[in-house]
Amino acid sequence: MGNVLKIILQRLALGLLTLLIVSMVIFVAVNLLPGDFAQSILGQGATPEAVASIRTDLGLDRPPVTRYFQWLGGVLQGDLGTSFAQANFASFTGTDSGATTVAQQIAPRFANTMFLAMVTAAIAVPFSIILGILAALYRNTVFDRATNIFTLSSISSPEFFLAYILILFLAVLTPIFPSLSNIYEGMAFSERLEKSMLPALTLTLVVTAHMMRMTRAAIINLLASPYIEMARLKGLSPMRVIVKHALPNALAPIINVIALNLAYLITGVVVVEVVFVYPGIGQLFVDSVKIRDIPVVQACCLIFATAFILLNLTADIMSILSNPRLRHPK
Amino acid sequence: MILWAVIALVGMGALAWVFRFAGQSVTGNAPKFRDMPYGVAFGYVLGAAVLLWLVWAYTQGRSSDQAIANKFFFLRIAIEGFIIFAVAAWLFRILGRSLGTAWSKKMFRSMPLTASFGILTIIIYAIFAIFAGAIAPYGQEQIIPGVAANIVPGGDPALGGNPEFYFGTDQIGRDILSRLIYGAQNTVGIAFATTLLAFFIGGTLGFLAATLGGWLDQILSRLVDVLMAIPSLIFALLLMTIASVWAPQLGIPLTVFMVIIIAVIDSTRVYRLARAVGQNIVVMDYIEAAKLRGEGLGYLVFKEILPNATAPLLAEFGLRFCFVFLTIAALSFLGVGIQPPLADWGTMVRDLGGFVNYAQFAPLAATAPLLAAGAIALLTVAVNFVVDWMLHKSSGLKE
Repeated sequence: MGNVLKIILQRLALGLLTLLIVSMVIFVAVNLLPGDFAQSILGQGATPEAVASIRTDLGLDRPPVTRYFQWLGGVLQGDLGTSFAQANFASFTGTDSGATTVAQQIAPRFANTMFLAMVTAAIAVPFSIILGILAALYRNTVFDRATNIFTLSSISSPEFFLAYILILFLAVLTPIFPSLSNIYEGMAFSERLEKSMLPALTLTLVVTAHMMRMTRAAIINLLASPYIEMARLKGLSPMRVIVKHALPNALAPIINVIALNLAYLITGVVVVEVVFVYPGIGQLFVDSVKIRDIPVVQACCLIFATAFILLNLTADIMSILSNPRLRHPK
Repeated sequence: MILWAVIALVGMGALAWVFRFAGQSVTGNAPKFRDMPYGVAFGYVLGAAVLLWLVWAYTQGRSSDQAIANKFFFLRIAIEGFIIFAVAAWLFRILGRSLGTAWSKKMFRSMPLTASFGILTIIIYAIFAIFAGAIAPYGQEQIIPGVAANIVPGGDPALGGNPEFYFGTDQIGRDILSRLIYGAQNTVGIAFATTLLAFFIGGTLGFLAATLGGWLDQILSRLVDVLMAIPSLIFALLLMTIASVWAPQLGIPLTVFMVIIIAVIDSTRVYRLARAVGQNIVVMDYIEAAKLRGEGLGYLVFKEILPNATAPLLAEFGLRFCFVFLTIAALSFLGVGIQPPLADWGTMVRDLGGFVNYAQFAPLAATAPLLAAGAIALLTVAVNFVVDWMLHKSSGLKE
């Protein structure tokens, strides 16, 4: 067991290191901007004195290395900075809306996005595994081919095409689900679920293909092994052979692919949230990109990257844990 | 609603049992029916039910009652489109089997319908993209004076269309058909150029890392690791934010920045593949011989390694093109990709997307955004079908 622990700790350390470097990349990329934050806050007509005072205020007159460590220290304490747009708005109206820091802005949206991701995973994972098992069971039949064509088409279509098709058929022509996901705090769970159904279904279509194909391939790969032959000769039904004997040994690659696809969800979520006006972090990200609200962009980017790295790390660790050769070294 | 679903399920369950029993008694207990599990029988019944429902929906779509016909309009179009594409792919395969060289005939003989559909679609897109200027009736930026915005396609005045503009005109009076055709040139052309650039950067660096090894390999590989740790669409959006500040200052169009940004992000994936393939080639004897002959680095990379790495790189090119194409479409859809006045499918979907909500009363009006989105989907699906077939063929998977 010590061996596995060592490998996992190594992976964790590597993941942390990657995260640190990624944060540097993001920081450097943002600091490549011509002019600086102060200028962007105040706009074109700012007097040099005002710019200088804001620069001192935000600490922009200090060297980049110091600023990087200050930013990083802030991030570690949960302080992601102040949004330009919110700061501007507050100073313009003279009222403090209470949500001027990036962290306050992001927190509820992050929860919404996690909710959407969980709903999607709850639908997509069982669906694709069952589909994969059925495709492996009835391989090379019409069913197998139809599933293959369907999943390949759905994975290669852009997310917004799938989203509009679903809106067209499930929201407009037969009004089952609402086409706008206007979610707010304090909403009942069932209503929330209903409103986030269409985005979740769109994301399901996007991620199913990969998981289903992996399940099918992993199971078919095992079907030639002697112990499967044995189980078949014992007279077990094909379904039982696959579920009881093949599936447990095929789990490692399947779990790996599931974790990778959940990581992929994070990228897909941006477009889907925009189509359905879902108040998640992806939409905040796109809006901030459009108005160049740098602190928010920086923070969202860091959150997305962190989630991406963590899920990839999970995939890595899971595949180590599910490998008996590593768990029980000779 | 739920009650009906339960009744339908129970009914189909009973039918499945009847179907198997009937099969057993009619065929005199043939093995196919005797050993049929209940699930399979249920599957047959379910498939038949879906087919029947599609036929019924199709007749509804052709109904004379406008309200009912509207409801099933899109299903009707989808079914007709599916049949037309299938027939076209089938005819194209027959054509391919009887024309051309022995090599191409052999290729077409073993081809599944999906792959021939893919090749046919890619050829059509290529024709539209190359000859867009000659095919399109109007210019892509041309605002036709005196024409009201009218997105009803079909050109039938009775349904509100304008016979002069087959797919209608957009909000500021530009011909949608022309913009769709120019979209092929812009969207596909830019995606193609980006992929080429990504392969140039990634391929060259990957082969260099494989040939030289040592610290260059280490530095490049770690750099690629870091870049790949950030989700590509997110990273592209971050860099596009920065580029959108730089672009007006430098006087370079934002689209150029987008091409470079996506090419660099995607070249990391190409680099990984090129390096792996290159490392397998570098240990070969003929490379050793070339080194002993005293050949330079350029000769080694371009004359010895590259020709031997074309096959895996080509399959990767198809997949990469899809990714790049979808990324550009997504960026344009989010409003930070290809900039107007260039016609582009992603931007068209964003601008016209709201019309989908009128589908129930005016199905024709809802087709405009779906046409642009469908144009994107059709091409990526086609490329994926071809790549899938190529991979299947080269991997020799027979099961």
